[in-house]
Amino acid sequence: MEALRERLIGRALLVVACSVILALAIITYFIFQAGLPIIVRLGLDDFLFNTRWQPAEEGGSFGIGAMVLGSLWVTLGALVVGVPLGLAVAVFSAELAPEWLSTLIRPAIQLLAGIPSVIYGFVGLMVLVPWVRTHLGGPGLSVLTAAIVLGIMILPNIISISEDSLRAVPAAYREGALALGATRWQTIWGVLIPAARSGIGASVILGMGRALGETMAVIMMIGNSLQVPRSLLDPATTVTSNIGLEMAYASGEHREALFATGVVLFAFIMVLNLAANAFSRRRLQA
Amino acid sequence: MTTAPISAPAMERANGNTKLEVCDFSAFYGNEEVLRGINLPVPRNEILAVFGPAGGGKTTLLRSMNRLVDNTRGAHHRGRILLDGKDVFAPDVDVVNLRRRVGMIFALPVPLPMNVYDNIAYGPRMSGGRDRKSLDEAVERSLQRAAMWEEMKDRLEESALHLSGGQQQRLSIARVLAMEPEVILLDEPTAALAPVSTMKIEQMLTDLKRQCTIVIVPHSIQQAARLADHAAFILMGELVEYRPGNELFTAPSDRRTEEYITGRFG
Amino acid sequence: MTAGKTRRAGAQVAERIAFALIWTSALATLAVLAFIVLYILDLGLPHVSWRFLTSAPEEMGREGGILPTIIGTIVLTLGAVAIAAPLGIGAAVFLTEYTWESPVTRAIRFGAEALAGVPSIIFGLFGFIFFVTYLKMGWSILSGSLTLAIMILPTIIRTAEEAIRTVPNPYRDVSFGLGATRWQMVTSVVLPNALPGIITGIILAIGRSVGETAAVIFTAGTALNMPTSLVSPLRTMAVHFYILAIEGISLEKAYATGAILIITTLTVNVLANWLIVRAVRRHRRKS
Repeated sequence: MEALRERLIGRALLVVACSVILALAIITYFIFQAGLPIIVRLGLDDFLFNTRWQPAEEGGSFGIGAMVLGSLWVTLGALVVGVPLGLAVAVFSAELAPEWLSTLIRPAIQLLAGIPSVIYGFVGLMVLVPWVRTHLGGPGLSVLTAAIVLGIMILPNIISISEDSLRAVPAAYREGALALGATRWQTIWGVLIPAARSGIGASVILGMGRALGETMAVIMMIGNSLQVPRSLLDPATTVTSNIGLEMAYASGEHREALFATGVVLFAFIMVLNLAANAFSRRRLQA
Repeated sequence: MTTAPISAPAMERANGNTKLEVCDFSAFYGNEEVLRGINLPVPRNEILAVFGPAGGGKTTLLRSMNRLVDNTRGAHHRGRILLDGKDVFAPDVDVVNLRRRVGMIFALPVPLPMNVYDNIAYGPRMSGGRDRKSLDEAVERSLQRAAMWEEMKDRLEESALHLSGGQQQRLSIARVLAMEPEVILLDEPTAALAPVSTMKIEQMLTDLKRQCTIVIVPHSIQQAARLADHAAFILMGELVEYRPGNELFTAPSDRRTEEYITGRFG
Repeated sequence: MTAGKTRRAGAQVAERIAFALIWTSALATLAVLAFIVLYILDLGLPHVSWRFLTSAPEEMGREGGILPTIIGTIVLTLGAVAIAAPLGIGAAVFLTEYTWESPVTRAIRFGAEALAGVPSIIFGLFGFIFFVTYLKMGWSILSGSLTLAIMILPTIIRTAEEAIRTVPNPYRDVSFGLGATRWQMVTSVVLPNALPGIITGIILAIGRSVGETAAVIFTAGTALNMPTSLVSPLRTMAVHFYILAIEGISLEKAYATGAILIITTLTVNVLANWLIVRAVRRHRRKS
């Protein structure tokens, strides 16, 4: 009786645990089922590289080239802002900061991660957009603005994982380098950061995934122009922001095309996840 | 109902004076053999001391007797351990019930993070005890038998984490006694305790063997000599010598046993 | 000799510059955090009043308060946690107590990690096509909660698993040794001791749900009415804030809503942090 009940509980827990896999499978299936047909119809390269997106027209034209470019620009920009800054904070917290300050930084970074993305977007819209407009020119709603705010938004991802992997570097490395007469900075730059590179790599990839996937904040700052951006100060649109804006009223082929955009995003994110996974596995083995 | 085949002499002893019998027992973790072909009877109402250098497989032997090894990844075995003539590893054995019959005390006292009462009532509750009155009785009886009722009766609501090390270990024993076990296994129960607490526990064990059969891994040879009715010397996974305690410690027959108990190695 | 000396001096200058940059970065990061919080609070709090919190919006939110969106946020979040917490804790218990590492556990962990990386807009699309359309739940509390539940599941699994792993192994030995079944051991020893960590995870998940917009807007809808049943559509605070801001309905109300939103998420995070610190201290005392 007792043994039977125990076995049932074990089975039930296995089923519960597998719900994660089930959820992932259903998500994948339904996104692809809704979006893949139109990609097949149009051909992947036409869908990806054609920059004409005119859903309102008779027959419609669905090319997400401009959005893909926008996403790439914004994501790269976010990395340019977020990676050096995040790495610097990670080094600061792991190596330079006095104990009390580094115990203060961790929760602060968590708070940064806890702020809703719409708040980031809103502050970007109200503060950074006017600043860019007056000091750098252009409409203010731009690739640059979105990239800077996204760069700040991915800081928590970069900092926490990089810091963990910096702290995980064996003390012997540090002492060895210092004993050989290296300065602290030479030790950090020449020994610690290379030793922690897998973790730092994983953090960059995860940050990239977050920047690429962010929607609401980007909608608020990028200007949502379907033009291919010619400079950082031009407005643009991204894969995600276009879905977020148009889903509300799209129907028929237009909606299908938005799901197809989701398929592209989803596939790309999965590739990034696998890459991050490979990085952190290497970190575990090292 | 069929039972696992049992050799005739084992059955005889089971009916007679042997509570627990280890028969040609080998234990492995993965490919590593930690016990090799152990044969060891444990007479009813006696204390068996299993001693030898660290890492020899004593703890594994104890953890096999109540099948706590089941929870170790890669652990497997060959041979049998008979409790009242029945192999504890037989497929039809209810392992939960086995552990209720064979209690175990660990080297470090492990009070569960709850109060004294709940610690002692833990075992009875796990086997379905709900009735407050019989739980009260079980708690009092167990504390009495562990000779700590007087010091504990006003502290039942206190967290067991606040007790001293010696009290915690005696509490662990009382906790096992609350299940009315037939066999008690103790793995260096006094290793972390002061001499006074050690003496109290040794006294308790000598009293307890009237009701139970006891297998102890002592934390010193002196303790083994003080307690053992029978003693078994285990060296690197092998049983070197098994004899009544008074014989083994005064006139060991094996050179390795003699070297070990006179302190020449280990 | 001189060359060595110059190199040495050069290294020291480089170090000084690098450290100055690092200090600046750290302080700048903290300053950005402080700026965002203070900016919203400074411009929002003056417009927050008791009436704002307890009355319904009028004219699409141009006037009045945000009560239905507060209720909506609470209902949706509680729904998501009620679904995800048992599943997540169950999965964590399975991974830690009921199985050895195997291809199955690796698959489950991979699933959780992959799910954690899925952007919220994808959850929004999925929730829309699956719950809203395919299962015909419409824009509703049900669709929104289920979508959010899947989104926060990985967080709950990961934190619960970490918390369970900090429960000392001797507790398990003792519990088994006293004749507990595995499930009894889990419920009497493992879960009570892992509770602070598990709750921390749930609180973090609540924070994520409260701030979420993209996954909610396409599954729970944007209706400003007070929800009346599980299938009513609703609007959360975050969605309301987004609509006020992007459609330029009322900046004043947007700031005020933003202030409430940020106070809520900050409180939730501080609470979670405090629990972590307490749990760590308790853990240290025990070992």
